[in-house]
Amino acid sequence: MFNYATRRVLSALPIAIIAVTVCFFILRLAPGGPFDGERALPPLVLQNLRAHYNLDQPIWIQYFNYVWRMIQGDFGPSMVMEGFEVSELLAIGLPFTLMLGMTAFIVATIIGVIAGIIAAVNQNKWPDYVLVLAVMLGVIVPNFLMGALLQLLFGVYLRWLPAGGWSGGNWLQLVLPVTVLAWPHAARISRLMRGSMIETLGSNFIRTAMSKGIGERLMLTRHALKPALIPVVSYLGPGLSYLLTGSLVVESIFGLPGIGKYFIQAALNRDYGLVLGTTVFYVMLILVLNLLVDLVYAWLDPRVRFR
Amino acid sequence: MAGITGKDRTLTAYADTLERLDAPKGRSLTQDAMRRLIANRAALISIFLVTAIVLIAFVGSYFVPWDGTKVDWGAIRKPPNFESGHYLGTDQNGRDLLARLLQGTQMSLIVAGVATVVSVVVGVVYGAISGYFGGRVDALMMRFVDIMYALPYILFVIILVVIFGRSPVLLFVGIGLLEWLTMARIVRGQTLSFKEKEFVEAARAGGAKPFTIIMRHIVPNLTGPVVIYATLTVPEIIIVESFLSYLGLGVQEPLTSLGTLISNGAPVAEVLPWLLVAPAIVLVTLLLCLSYIGDGLRDALDPKDR
Amino acid sequence: MANVLEVKDLNVTFSLHDGDVSAVRDLSFVLGQGETLAVVGESGSGKSQAFLAIMGLLARNGRATGKAVLGGTDLLALSPTELDRHRGLDIAMIFQDPMTSLNPSLKIGRQLAEVLVRHRGQSDSAAWRHATEMLDRVGIPEAARRADSYPHELSGGMRQRVMIAMALLCEPKVLIADEPTTALDVTVQAQMLELFKTLTDDFGAALVLITHDLGVVAGLADRMMVMYAGRAVESGSVDDLFYAPNHPYTFGLLHSTPHVEDSGQRLRPILGLPPSLEHLPTGCAFHPRCAFVMPECRTARPELTHRGGGRHAACFYEGELKEKEAAE
Repeated sequence: MFNYATRRVLSALPIAIIAVTVCFFILRLAPGGPFDGERALPPLVLQNLRAHYNLDQPIWIQYFNYVWRMIQGDFGPSMVMEGFEVSELLAIGLPFTLMLGMTAFIVATIIGVIAGIIAAVNQNKWPDYVLVLAVMLGVIVPNFLMGALLQLLFGVYLRWLPAGGWSGGNWLQLVLPVTVLAWPHAARISRLMRGSMIETLGSNFIRTAMSKGIGERLMLTRHALKPALIPVVSYLGPGLSYLLTGSLVVESIFGLPGIGKYFIQAALNRDYGLVLGTTVFYVMLILVLNLLVDLVYAWLDPRVRFR
Repeated sequence: MAGITGKDRTLTAYADTLERLDAPKGRSLTQDAMRRLIANRAALISIFLVTAIVLIAFVGSYFVPWDGTKVDWGAIRKPPNFESGHYLGTDQNGRDLLARLLQGTQMSLIVAGVATVVSVVVGVVYGAISGYFGGRVDALMMRFVDIMYALPYILFVIILVVIFGRSPVLLFVGIGLLEWLTMARIVRGQTLSFKEKEFVEAARAGGAKPFTIIMRHIVPNLTGPVVIYATLTVPEIIIVESFLSYLGLGVQEPLTSLGTLISNGAPVAEVLPWLLVAPAIVLVTLLLCLSYIGDGLRDALDPKDR
Repeated sequence: MANVLEVKDLNVTFSLHDGDVSAVRDLSFVLGQGETLAVVGESGSGKSQAFLAIMGLLARNGRATGKAVLGGTDLLALSPTELDRHRGLDIAMIFQDPMTSLNPSLKIGRQLAEVLVRHRGQSDSAAWRHATEMLDRVGIPEAARRADSYPHELSGGMRQRVMIAMALLCEPKVLIADEPTTALDVTVQAQMLELFKTLTDDFGAALVLITHDLGVVAGLADRMMVMYAGRAVESGSVDDLFYAPNHPYTFGLLHSTPHVEDSGQRLRPILGLPPSLEHLPTGCAFHPRCAFVMPECRTARPELTHRGGGRHAACFYEGELKEKEAAE
């Protein structure tokens, strides 16, 4: 297990390096920049600005400087929000994004797994059909539309829940964002879980387990759950990426103070420093979380470790 | 955003089946699948609906009494009204919603089409080169694909948006440039198996250049996967487009798309609900139908499933 | 000899989209204490489904009616929870494919121990210890280490030994083995049969051996029951059936199996294919393939009747079956 973990960490490193490099060069070499405003800046001002952000040095020096500082946790300055370091903005936004994302992730995974099991055990009976409908809605309706519709229904017409904002402790404000974020994830998980549970229940080793008389409950929890979870767990990595990138939108719709909001603002303002910083950070975050998911996978399916 | 159609899995399963069959049987697999798709009622209705939406979006604007950019000063913020010819009402600027909706649907479809074509071309060329040359080139190229898979691609889309700015065409060429990974994998696998076949050997013995062999002998055999891939890619791109437009990063005024319309409609939905509801219905219908077609394709290709 | 299992009028049907299909029809037999009964037939003859039904392990769309009385309890009348008190304790089953019949994600020791925890109420550690002893007893080297490994770390033969150990943990009265050697290498098969023999003797369990391999039957079984298209067509002692079969199907099976002694002789396969259960022939289901077919075979179905000496057969033809008659 330890060897497997080491190997996985080592194989994630080149991905991280390439991701940082690609992001850096795409953004730096792209035409246009944060200082191409409506009005042209006087040449001297422009030169000073470029010197201030070290944009006048050769690009590879900028690159190594950037990577070196990044390793130390410094993602460079914002180029539009004056006086702000990207890492400061991340420090403000990250706890919220992580809290929102992980809440939605955990809620969605648990609901999805349970719903999938219920649907599999009641194959082609009413719980199964209810699930099909919920899955359909979750997968088809894009999150921004789902957000707008739920806001309208529960926030404006019914007035059951606050329609947006975050005042740091009113958990009701999180209900709608978490729902929007979690729904598609739960939908996909439940669909995967249903399929793999049905397959597992039909497998020979489940028949063996039943032949031992251990009962349906133990059969489900001890014998069927773990193997049936394997395809679900292999989806958790990509699922988490979708979910975290989905939180970009959800934070914007509901006016929540996470990194997503800064990222979108940065993109709208063409704030290259902030876009680069947030992207690199997001990539790192997703790689780390994927790594964790892989380790869970190896624990579930012992055969993986020996490959 | 990616993944409403389960594109990767459907296609990979299809390509695996193809690889296990001989070339002539491979064609009949595709035909067989198409026959089964037509027999699937939900998929058939969806095909009709999508065709109808496409036709109405492109032809309908000639039959609508109002123009999408024209302001009707007498009818600002008016609900649907048949007498004035504003069948779906007007927006805050007095523009006819039906006309705007047709224009927006058109834009969303064009964008999806362009991006799909781009991704097919890139995927086919990349995959064919990787598979045909094999060895170290192949290993390197596929390693790159693996890495791209591991990255959150919507972030790259947004970076492209930042770079390409406000030109919708460039923007969606950009999106297409990020959607080709699965296609490349499939094409590579197919090329690897085709290049051992007699007809390719014969062409090579006849002195054909690699490029000619790829274009004339390998690519034409990929029609099945390409059609399926395109069908499954369109809804994903529509979602990405509407998502970006919703964030204000995509199609900009005075042009419009489904995402832009929803984005404009959402904040005023409390008082002018039709501005949100109409584009939402079109978007959801389109996505629903395309996903039924995708499901139908998957079932058609994998008869043992269910 | 007391009977441990009495099966009466067992019927198994599966509901498919286009109607029901009977896999087992009116099957009745008894199993004596400690005896070995071989159940022989082609695939689709219902031999496996009959015993899966007794174990309550039919697929979702399957239904079983009739009686299967084990130690005074009719297994088919029990609720799933009640049945679970007997499965694994009084009656156990071993399956054909040892590669897929063990749970890949649980350690072997755990899969064995849970049986003892469930039926004997042992603590986890005691159960694990007993499980290890049992692994040792079925001839698994380094049993303690094996108990701590996952199924994929073992060879096919070893896995089948694990299956046997698992089935025998609670010393069941009846052990059902469904094609236990089919998936194994020939060399391992022989060892496995030897193991069956010693173990069932040691534990005093009655063994039901479901197989299509007459070589296995000859080496191991006391009695045998031949099934065709869901019905028993002949039963009796192995010696009787081998030397003087009463049913043409049994006769055909014997002559389509190679023997070491008469290696010069040509094999005579049974002509034709096993019938589809959805479209059984009228009359005797075997008549289209039968070399001794008579006019009444096409219209009436022969009942399983007593032929003396504890033998039963379901055939209108009562004369001696001879090879030259079978050959055209």
